[in-house]
Amino acid sequence: MTALPDKTERKMGLVIDLDTCVGCHACVVSCKGWNTENYGAPLSDQQPYGADPSGTFLNRVHSYEITPDDGGAAQLVHFPKSCLHCEDAPCVTVCPTGASFKRAEDGIVLVNESDCIGCGLCAWACPYGAREQDAAEGVMKKCTLCVDRIYNENLPQEDRVPACVRTCPAKARHFGDLGDPDSDVSRLVAERGGFDLMPEQGTKPVNKYLPPRPRDSLQSAETEAQETWLEPVAGEAKGFIAWLDRALEKL
Amino acid sequence: MHPAPSVILFTTLSGAGFGLLVFLGAGFPAVTGWVAFVFFAVAYVLAVGGLLASTFHLGHPERAMKAFTQWRTSWLSREGVVSVAALLVMALYGAGLVFQGEARPVLGAVGAVLSLGTVLCTAMIYAQLATVPRWKTWLTPVLFLALALAGGALLAGQVRAALVLLPLAGVVQLLWWLRGDRALARSGTTLASATGLGGGEVRAFEPPHTGSNYLLREFAFQVGRRHALKLRIIALGLGVVLPVVLLLAPGTHVPAALAALSHLAGVAASRWLFFAEAEHVVGLYYGRRGG
Amino acid sequence: MKHHEPQIDTSPEVSDEVRKTTCYMCACRCGINVHMKDGKVAYIEGNRDHPVNRGVLCAKGSAGIMQVNAPSRLRAPLKRVGPRGSGQFEEISWEEALEIATDWLGRIRKDDPKRLAFFTGRDQSQSFTSFWAQNYGTPNYAAHGGFCSVNMAAAGIYTMGGAFWEFGQPDWEHTRLFMIFGVAEDHDSNPIKMGIARLKERGARIIGVNPVRSGYNAVADDWVGITPGTDGLFILSLIHCLIKAGRIDLDYLARYTNAPFLVNRDSTSPDYGMFLRDAVGTPQVIDRVTGRLAPFDRPGVRPDLSAIHREGHITHKPVMHLIAARYLSKDYAPEAVAERCGVPAERIRAIAAELARVAFEEEIELDRQWTDFRGETHQTMRGRPVSFHAMRGISAHSNGFQTARALHVLQILLGSVEVPGGFRFKPPYPKPVSAHPTPHSKATPDSPLDGPHLGFPRGPEDLALDDDGNPARIDKAFSWENPLSAHGMMHMVISNAHAGDPYPIDTLFLYMANMAWNSSMSTNRVMEMLTDTDENGDYVIPRIIYSDAYSSEMVAYADLVLPDTTYLERHDCISLLDRPISEADAAADAIRWPVVEPDRDVRGFQSVLIDLANRLGLPGFVDEAGAPLYTDYADYITRHERKPGIGPLAGWRMGRMGLTHGRGAPNPKQLQSYIANGGFFVKHIPPEAAYMKPWNRAYQDWAVGMGIYDSPQPYVFDIYSETMRRFQRAAEGHGEHQPPDHLRERLKTVMDPLPIWYAPLEHDSVDGDEYPLHALTQRPMAMYHSWGTQNAWLRQIHGENPLYLPTRVWQAHGFAEGDWARVSSAHGAMVVPVAHMAALNPNTVWTWNAIGKRKGAWALSDDAPEATRGFLLNHLIHELLPEKGDGLRWANSDPVTGQAAWFDLRVKIEKVAAPAQSQPAFEPINSPVGKGPDELRWKVGK
Repeated sequence: MTALPDKTERKMGLVIDLDTCVGCHACVVSCKGWNTENYGAPLSDQQPYGADPSGTFLNRVHSYEITPDDGGAAQLVHFPKSCLHCEDAPCVTVCPTGASFKRAEDGIVLVNESDCIGCGLCAWACPYGAREQDAAEGVMKKCTLCVDRIYNENLPQEDRVPACVRTCPAKARHFGDLGDPDSDVSRLVAERGGFDLMPEQGTKPVNKYLPPRPRDSLQSAETEAQETWLEPVAGEAKGFIAWLDRALEKL
Repeated sequence: MHPAPSVILFTTLSGAGFGLLVFLGAGFPAVTGWVAFVFFAVAYVLAVGGLLASTFHLGHPERAMKAFTQWRTSWLSREGVVSVAALLVMALYGAGLVFQGEARPVLGAVGAVLSLGTVLCTAMIYAQLATVPRWKTWLTPVLFLALALAGGALLAGQVRAALVLLPLAGVVQLLWWLRGDRALARSGTTLASATGLGGGEVRAFEPPHTGSNYLLREFAFQVGRRHALKLRIIALGLGVVLPVVLLLAPGTHVPAALAALSHLAGVAASRWLFFAEAEHVVGLYYGRRGG
Repeated sequence: MKHHEPQIDTSPEVSDEVRKTTCYMCACRCGINVHMKDGKVAYIEGNRDHPVNRGVLCAKGSAGIMQVNAPSRLRAPLKRVGPRGSGQFEEISWEEALEIATDWLGRIRKDDPKRLAFFTGRDQSQSFTSFWAQNYGTPNYAAHGGFCSVNMAAAGIYTMGGAFWEFGQPDWEHTRLFMIFGVAEDHDSNPIKMGIARLKERGARIIGVNPVRSGYNAVADDWVGITPGTDGLFILSLIHCLIKAGRIDLDYLARYTNAPFLVNRDSTSPDYGMFLRDAVGTPQVIDRVTGRLAPFDRPGVRPDLSAIHREGHITHKPVMHLIAARYLSKDYAPEAVAERCGVPAERIRAIAAELARVAFEEEIELDRQWTDFRGETHQTMRGRPVSFHAMRGISAHSNGFQTARALHVLQILLGSVEVPGGFRFKPPYPKPVSAHPTPHSKATPDSPLDGPHLGFPRGPEDLALDDDGNPARIDKAFSWENPLSAHGMMHMVISNAHAGDPYPIDTLFLYMANMAWNSSMSTNRVMEMLTDTDENGDYVIPRIIYSDAYSSEMVAYADLVLPDTTYLERHDCISLLDRPISEADAAADAIRWPVVEPDRDVRGFQSVLIDLANRLGLPGFVDEAGAPLYTDYADYITRHERKPGIGPLAGWRMGRMGLTHGRGAPNPKQLQSYIANGGFFVKHIPPEAAYMKPWNRAYQDWAVGMGIYDSPQPYVFDIYSETMRRFQRAAEGHGEHQPPDHLRERLKTVMDPLPIWYAPLEHDSVDGDEYPLHALTQRPMAMYHSWGTQNAWLRQIHGENPLYLPTRVWQAHGFAEGDWARVSSAHGAMVVPVAHMAALNPNTVWTWNAIGKRKGAWALSDDAPEATRGFLLNHLIHELLPEKGDGLRWANSDPVTGQAAWFDLRVKIEKVAAPAQSQPAFEPINSPVGKGPDELRWKVGK
């Protein structure tokens, strides 16, 4: 049913830390591996060894360069992006068959592949590029938030998180209930000023992004505090030895 | 946006087909028997052919029946429902004209409204998408309706109506382009809002993969500005100006047929641009001004 | 409206079975859980219990399934039937392959073993392959360290008994300021990411020093976009600032370093620059308690950093005086170095101040009592929470050894090595030079070599020279050209063998080393050398045997190909004898085991070596009657003993009372115990032994118990390297071992016993005005060398590589997106696609390493982007410096260690019209394995 639930019991989603992501693509490939073997059709690859290799991925890491207004050094930000499991998910309501749906219990947006006609309209409706139609299977694929992991009783409790979160070496990905203001992820968002992507699109994404912390503050030792740390004890070697003798006395 | 031939063909042909059905349902021209059959055949070939073409781009056309279920929320589903309703009603109406030589005006009126509704639904599929600011405007359904009606008038041989509707559609088209060229900028969606990054100029450094993907194929299509301008002139020239000139020329059938063909070609060019210039916001993530 | 949803199975079976082994998608050696379905690999994830990765896994590791099933896997032994380099082979049986190899190798061993050059590439079994080579008897063995990071390893060992990566790690839990130099994704992939995450959680500061702001440097709080090759100068300037402000840890320097050692300062003395030693050879210090001379390590001695000692007419000064004299020089003032480094002077000062502040203001103390080697008991462990890490960015320069030493001296001056919050060693490190072997190179027909090939020379007498003073090794390692080449010089082997300098060879035997492509400097010339013929039409390098699991570029140049298995089909051990996976708090080793059986006629290379050793009757592999000791590598791992009680694996050995760890007799069920434990073994270090390891009695005793040392080996750090002084003194004309005259001046400079900086050698020999730009490569995080290319998932992420240009160059040449450029060095030119990068040193261009591929290799189609748009920067880098007109072949290597100086490269650039494909382009080679499929829909389960 492509109507959105009035509200969801929980808002499960990801918090992605742009301060910490080193751009290693671990999440990208872990996702590819899990979702090739699990939920629905495999994520296929066309020309995997050819001139134009192109496959279905549910998570990709972009990179953006910021040239600061204040003339500081340019910065590079790695930017993982997958489905944001929006509260007002336009991809769901445009679906003509009911294949796309948002779960009332946890807010996860899924595609029921056996109902998908592969019209692609949901991908058009998504501002984030979160949906990719699989060229071999002809159905729309998207991040399932590893719905087949997070409740999976065949996995130990600690592994019941999305594959991308479990594998992230830099702890740049956090998983939890963003509908619960007391959850770890909600606190993280509050502390670090987590934000929405394209808020003006009105999609109300559940996933949040944490901004990079300010960079390049060590520019000069002009401050008093720093100056004291470099105050000379001697001008040249001879004076230094004299200082050394005095300092050793104090040891 | 990738200008998929199936979708261009679909919206162009079915627009004209349903436009013709509108006129037929309204009783213009008031025809019966074989003549009616020919008119209806043309309308159905265009409308149904267009609908069939649209299924070519589906991953699973065999599941197309499922698309009738979500009419409460989905304009695409509504289009399916309304188009089938229109075709059924108009079939009954047409059968009356062809086989009984008898017009049932109420049925025709309902069919005409449903046909118009089909075009509206088609347009709304695009007009609803906030992801393509160029499309998200009430002018989009007006444009689709205007072109469908103009094309319908041409096909229905309604010269006087066509001479009004064609320029009207041309004006709407111009307005749509003018607005559309500023739509992305006015939407407020930028690379900065897409990434939430600030403090300076944000630039897409490189795409996530060197390999291509569905999104790039589907959304990252870009058309050069000069090329677009050329195509706009062609679209208006073939779609509006030439048909009007042909309609004003002496003669009846041949210029009218040429006018209709020219118009369809012009609409096809317009539709190609409709997609090619679409500037889907996901393109921002890939360093495009829009997809 | 009621909300209807389909029912989803949220608890599907994940797999039939999980098999735990060790990753080999790069050199990081993480633990992996291999999920099996129907006997096939279904999914790979990190092993949460594993000490290296604690459950996380990088992109490469997660893509292992595409490696194990890659179409490029070799299928059977191959015998060359076409000309070398054509890729034309016929498949032969293993029996035939082994007979051919035994015939070739047997004849060489009987006549002149040094005519075999056996070099292994990314080999993780070096303690085994070196044992084989030693028993075969050729001096010509090494792995790939010489073109990798030997500068980092050797400088660390010579300075403090260990270096970064597998030698040690920052104290992630306590460090407050972490500074990295030249670190991309080369080594220690996941632990560094995990460590950075931990630092970010704790709000610690990270400073990245790298010309390129990508990866770790992108997430660093501060980025220093230094000019390549000047890191040493920058570090010495930091040292200048710290010493000038007295912000050094005098107590630490006095106790744990050779800063108080007395140095002969009489330039007329034969011992000028050498330590004052007592009768048993122990260096002397002045004891602050008595004011008299004393051996530095005598219990109760408090070494004096300042007092001068005169003996006769000879003045002896503590090393500390030499340090002050050198680094207080205005030559190292920030203003003097700023321009060359591309770092403003005030920025250098700000960083020095921050180092000082964190080290001394944020001093930490752990409440752990410990006793040092002089017998003094300390109530706490005091730490300076500043730590460093460095890798190839400083290592792969011809001044890399001295630069790495400068960095180590910086952290020692701050008192931050082996203390809480600082840099910590991982067992078997710390390990002083004295605990390492010296090099051996004496070959005798039909006999083993006289000792291990690789080691750490203590002086000129340890060089690998023949009786005439010429290099004994084909790579000229341990010769006067590069005396401390502790890892060998693989990058010189083919060039020297082709030139017959110092002598010709018969057979080149390589393992996992793509020398015909990305693992060689000047790739195009190497391909010519491998196919070059003499006046009789015979190949100049007569025979080439190669073992690899995949259809790499090098395969095409072999006469005989021995197909290896993939990493999930083999036994391996990651041994404490070799390059183990220990952590600072624990000793650890690990295995690989066949979680799937090969579906091809391939064999693990190490088992093949054992088979060859048995056929050749090599000592160490057969008993006195000639009967084989080991059936295969698994058998060797289990039963081999290097010393009594010490085998390749430390876990689950047999003690008198049953199973034990560390020392113990072989246990036939050892591998099963490893498998049951997840493929690895961990032994934790007791808390009172976990820091101050080189001086901590508790650690020394623990290490002896584990079999890491035979007896306690306490030592102090060598800020001043007496070994280097010995070479310098020889260059000054002292001693019986004398260098050739043309090397004297260079040795006097580069073998300075205190860290110095000199401009990279290529910068001296190439016109900086003509070639104004530095050119570098970095390894992408999602790709490792060439292996990634055959990986259907990874090659979508990195299938081609542009040359990244800084804004200044981009604008000056009027480049636009999609443009191409001609890049030229003094050695060659190429035409490649370019891209703009603002976060880059303004005089540096760079690209990803080893993305470009030869057509026909790796089972890719000939029009693969790796071959048409990708490129190797290697074509521009010569293994030799430009000729100087003296007729000598000067290696483009660090003159101390022989480390390949990849990053000294200077280039110029010009915009050109886009060619059809990147240049130089090479003819396709015939693929011995065909091409890969057109589509993958990979799913093992139903």
